[in-house]
Amino acid sequence: MNAFWRVVWVVARKDLAIEARSRELINTTVFFAVSCVVVFSVSFVGEGGDGRAIGDAAAGILWIAIAFSGTLALGRTFERERYGDTLRALLLAPGARAAVYVGKLLGIIALLIATQVVVVPLVALLFQASLFEHFGMVAALLVAGTIGFASVGTLFAAMLARARSRDVLLPILLYPVTIPVMIAGVRGTSALLAAEPQLDMARLWIMLLVSFDVVFVTLSLWTFESLMTE
Amino acid sequence: MRKAIVPLFAASGLIFMTAPILIARAPYESTMGLVQKIFYFHFPPAILMLVSSIFCGILSGLFLIKKRPVFDWMAFAAAELTVLYGAMAMVTGPLWARKAWGVWWQWDARLTMSLLMWMVFVSYLLLRRYGGPGSETLAAGLALFGMATAPFVYLSVNIWRTIHPLTSVVPTLPVDFALPLWYAFLGFFLMYLALMALRVRIEEQRAMLDQLYLESEE
Amino acid sequence: MKTLLTTVCTLIAGAMLRAQPGQSEFRPVTEIPASEQLPSQPLVLAAYAFVWFAFLAYAFVMWRKLGKVEQDLSALSAQVSKPRPDRATGANRP
Repeated sequence: MNAFWRVVWVVARKDLAIEARSRELINTTVFFAVSCVVVFSVSFVGEGGDGRAIGDAAAGILWIAIAFSGTLALGRTFERERYGDTLRALLLAPGARAAVYVGKLLGIIALLIATQVVVVPLVALLFQASLFEHFGMVAALLVAGTIGFASVGTLFAAMLARARSRDVLLPILLYPVTIPVMIAGVRGTSALLAAEPQLDMARLWIMLLVSFDVVFVTLSLWTFESLMTE
Repeated sequence: MRKAIVPLFAASGLIFMTAPILIARAPYESTMGLVQKIFYFHFPPAILMLVSSIFCGILSGLFLIKKRPVFDWMAFAAAELTVLYGAMAMVTGPLWARKAWGVWWQWDARLTMSLLMWMVFVSYLLLRRYGGPGSETLAAGLALFGMATAPFVYLSVNIWRTIHPLTSVVPTLPVDFALPLWYAFLGFFLMYLALMALRVRIEEQRAMLDQLYLESEE
Repeated sequence: MKTLLTTVCTLIAGAMLRAQPGQSEFRPVTEIPASEQLPSQPLVLAAYAFVWFAFLAYAFVMWRKLGKVEQDLSALSAQVSKPRPDRATGANRP
């Protein structure tokens, strides 16, 4: 069991070390997420003087920005591996393949959370959305949703690392499967942003997200083992 | 399997030609009238889409474990048929809904989950087509996720409040409705087998062609 | 001439429409008259037609694919079973 976590730590630390030096992924992903939010905000803010977004736009835009920037980050994380041909080396390393998966997953989750640290206040500002009122629940939603999205995303991105047309195939494959996560995230967030925050509804969506996480991580772990045996 | 293709097509073709007679003679439903007759061509493909997705998932799992090509061929065929039958269900459904509910589409649980499952299998086909070598194994992994959505699609109407009819409708159908329904279902099912047999044969022949090609180059 | 006629008709229609007074109240009914209801028949026919069309299209495309593959296969196996000298020269490569 210890060997497993050691591999996980080695893989995750490698990614963090590379990232800490160049900060390429974090800078570009954050800026892309910010541009997404800005583009959406000019499209969806209502005509009225108070600048409130149409309906539940704030919740939807937050999650869309996460999904889009997450997809790009996933593609580029494995592009880096492919470029250095390190993926093969990683998989040949002693220790369970699953540990490699978990290591990469933790790296992606860290990157996405870091992006959200910037994007959440931005959305709150641009849409005058009270995201910090029930911050604990908003954070729970974001963390659970990020884990769900990233777990499937890491699997698919790894799978596609050497495939043809991988750039466009990643979103094509990823979005249908992660739509339940998106729905739960958006509904939970908009329940909290409503004029009368519905804490019970939000709690329900959080629990649903957690069950998605369990299913997706388990399925991804099992599939990663079988898929990477080439 | 090859010998069965033509008889299966013939049998299902016969059923499809005679089914409208049975359907026309079935009674009207009390609240929906004529438009409810779409049910006989909506329920079978919808249920078969779910069954097909599970079948594809099982075959994909077997392919990942055993690595035998025939499982891959069948999984590919099952995925195509999932998309075909799903398209039928999701075209006939809105046509019915337009009259029965007043809208073409609703984002309720059943419709959303069905569309989702359908999209997963469309992405499966895109992956097979454009993913290059090695995409059989990747697609097999994807099919497992697609299969995982099947129970949610079926049970969604019972768990969430939806506008779509509940799963209790079909098991409790009066015999006047049930007879044409299961007759039509038989037609759709035999057609499924026929198309699967045909599709698998194509893949089998392709594999033989590739093999022969490789041998001829030595 | 046609333009003049169209314009005149439009003006008369407009005048007639404007001449009617606005609706003063809404009256509820439980049953919509048949003329206002969506006709079911086109929907039912469209549904059935789509299913048949989809089956026919898919089966047709697949039958064609099978024919092509079997054709390629028999062509290649005929070529492969040709005597040695032809194969050694590397001629007739597809």
